[in-house]
Amino acid sequence: MITESGHFAMILAFCVALLQSTLPLYGAQRERQAFIDMAVPAAKLQFILLLWAFAVLTVKFVQSDFSLWLVTANSHADKPFIYRLTGVWGNHEGSMLLWILMLAAYGAGIAQFGKSMPAALKARVLGVQGIIGVLFLAFSLFTSNPFSRLISPPFEGSGLNPILQDPALAVHPPLLYAGYVGFSLAFSFSVAALMSGKISPDWAKWVRPWTLLAWLSLTLGIAVGSFWAYYELGWGGFWFWDPVENASFMPWLAGTALLHSALVTARRNTLHSWTMLLAILTFALCIAGTFLVRSGVLTSVHAFATDPTRGVFILMVLGVLVGGALLLFAMRAAGLSSADKNVPFHPVSREGALILNNVFLASATATVFLGTIYPLVIDAFGLGKISVGAPYYNAVFVPLITPLLLLMPIGPLSNWGRSDVSPVIKKLAAAGVLAILGGLTVLVMTSEHQGGAALGVGLSMWLMLGALVDLSKKIRFDTTPLAQLPKKLIKLPLQQWGSILAHGGLGVMILGIIGTTAWRSEVVQAVTPGAEMDISGYAVTFEGETSVAGENYTAEQGVFSIKRGGQKIAELKPEKRFYTVERQSTTEAAILKNLAGHLYIVIADETVSDGVVSRVVRIWYHPLVAFIWIGGLIMALGGVAALTRREAQLISDKTN
Amino acid sequence: MTQRQTRLLFLALGLFMLGVTAFIALTALGDNLVYFKTPTDIAESPTLPKGKIRIGGLVAEESLYQAGLESRFVVTDLQNLIDVSFQGVLPDLFREGQGVVAEGQFDQTGAFIADTVLAKHDENYMPREVADALKETGVWQGDDALGVAE
Repeated sequence: MITESGHFAMILAFCVALLQSTLPLYGAQRERQAFIDMAVPAAKLQFILLLWAFAVLTVKFVQSDFSLWLVTANSHADKPFIYRLTGVWGNHEGSMLLWILMLAAYGAGIAQFGKSMPAALKARVLGVQGIIGVLFLAFSLFTSNPFSRLISPPFEGSGLNPILQDPALAVHPPLLYAGYVGFSLAFSFSVAALMSGKISPDWAKWVRPWTLLAWLSLTLGIAVGSFWAYYELGWGGFWFWDPVENASFMPWLAGTALLHSALVTARRNTLHSWTMLLAILTFALCIAGTFLVRSGVLTSVHAFATDPTRGVFILMVLGVLVGGALLLFAMRAAGLSSADKNVPFHPVSREGALILNNVFLASATATVFLGTIYPLVIDAFGLGKISVGAPYYNAVFVPLITPLLLLMPIGPLSNWGRSDVSPVIKKLAAAGVLAILGGLTVLVMTSEHQGGAALGVGLSMWLMLGALVDLSKKIRFDTTPLAQLPKKLIKLPLQQWGSILAHGGLGVMILGIIGTTAWRSEVVQAVTPGAEMDISGYAVTFEGETSVAGENYTAEQGVFSIKRGGQKIAELKPEKRFYTVERQSTTEAAILKNLAGHLYIVIADETVSDGVVSRVVRIWYHPLVAFIWIGGLIMALGGVAALTRREAQLISDKTN
Repeated sequence: MTQRQTRLLFLALGLFMLGVTAFIALTALGDNLVYFKTPTDIAESPTLPKGKIRIGGLVAEESLYQAGLESRFVVTDLQNLIDVSFQGVLPDLFREGQGVVAEGQFDQTGAFIADTVLAKHDENYMPREVADALKETGVWQGDDALGVAE
């Protein structure tokens, strides 16, 4: 019964979304107040209905109700509680329901918190959210219904893919989806403005907080996913330029550009068309990402079992939404009346720097898109099967991103409207000299004179020092007496930390990326107990192996003692696990973590040579690797800080 | 500078960047494409492909031989065979009779030296190129790879 109530709630939500997608839009166009007023309650009702559906599905997973096909296919009664819970979104149908729930949550968020918005605009935004809701609810109900029943339920389910039974992967999809779906609001705001034919100067101020929220969720989602891939896949890589990863990286790049162009629109009341186009394209990339991941058109290390009919459906959704929005954009954007059209514009200014940022980010997005889509196009025309790997992305990304990184500390230090070059140069001179010295040091000190690493270290220092200069300017470091500094630091409004943390965090991340790509060392050896291996100043001894049993798996565990300078400092126990229900084996790395670097050990199969059984062991040392995710976290914190900026402040800021 | 000149400046800059990006991207693309071939493609072509390629098919039953870090196995589309050798650790889901994709190149003797053997997340998942290749040779047994039917 309760299962049917969840299914029924979903169908009701579909009906509510149908109303939400038509009547408020009609009302806003014809100025019928009664229809306009329907938008808010409809958005809230849709959210509540979907929350109920999701709660029902969650309860079914926790109870292991095998009369549901989805539970049978993806769960098992012996699974630990937490993974029965997260198993809800560890599969296609459940994760789509989560996607839709979040879409409705953002709609309800606008309905609840968008109090300062004009009612007609709000009705249009919620109407467009309703259209997206209708399409994705139809997708879910007709192609991937999570509530399908089995006529004769089995006694036991077939379990969840063991590598998905992991805490990081439990939070990865919700964060990623919160990002993807969050950009739907930027899309809806754009389409709403285009429908109404006019754009208010406050438009960008309403869009920006939601875009920030989406951006920071996506940043965290990608960082968590990368961390998971690093320790769980057992290769110690953090990013593979895999199509599925690109599917989340493209919206991130476009979303980052959107954040910056929305800033220009909010502060200078210009660049509206570009910001709207970027909002449409960012959400298009989010749907395209969902399509790429869910349709099975890609060969990916992260691929899921998929169904091509779903791909066709998502492609249709993409065509309807994005095609419609772009058509509207083409027809309306030029004639859009905004309050102030002739804002004086000077190229050497904060907005000039932000436009350059957009040029580089848009180019970077386009190159990733090309690399991801090219093999599909070639295949579709029957010209052969190809793949585009990491060398392509490294070759295009470095030259495109380097100028952007050089620009990053300059932007926040220049003034709106018109900026002089010389004071900015003066402020950044010390940071520039130190960064160049840092790069040169790397070039001279490393054995092979690694140019790439030198460039990376220089850029990383430039960003981190640039963030410090930004901070010192904001607390007026040069004119404040030393004793007053801590007070100034505490009193600095949180929102001012946004660019400092986001830009500095990227510097921290680059340091980690350079550390592990340029200076990683690796030992692969077939060993018998007692063998000793040396790597990056650590002496690793293979002590032997034991068999252990976990809650739903058995494992062979290797025991390694780690010595440094003759002292035993740790014992690492990597495992090769066998999940009995799923009949799959996985590799569990053991990692000795500290900021200077990670010592990373995995064990592989046994191997026999000359009658001696030995164990294949793989050890890496990843210098500075932790900074990749620490940097990502700092960037997301920057997003949180920027989110504290109130709309009113943005408006009053404009006057100073 | 007037409004108009500023706009022209940014337009010119935008077009210039577009050109530079296109040039970098297309050059890099040309240099870094990796083609996928089936054992039959290889057998039918008069010369062995040079440079890096991907091959895929099934790991032939009872073909895996391991000694130390060296693994050797045979990839087949059930019509033709390729001998593959690989130095390193095979992915967890590597099994005889299952689909596999290997990236690497042919040496002078005609053996394929793989430097990557593609890992899979999901047991039900068959690399798409392999599925297509098997369909072409008529070996593919429907879409039962999706597990429990709906």
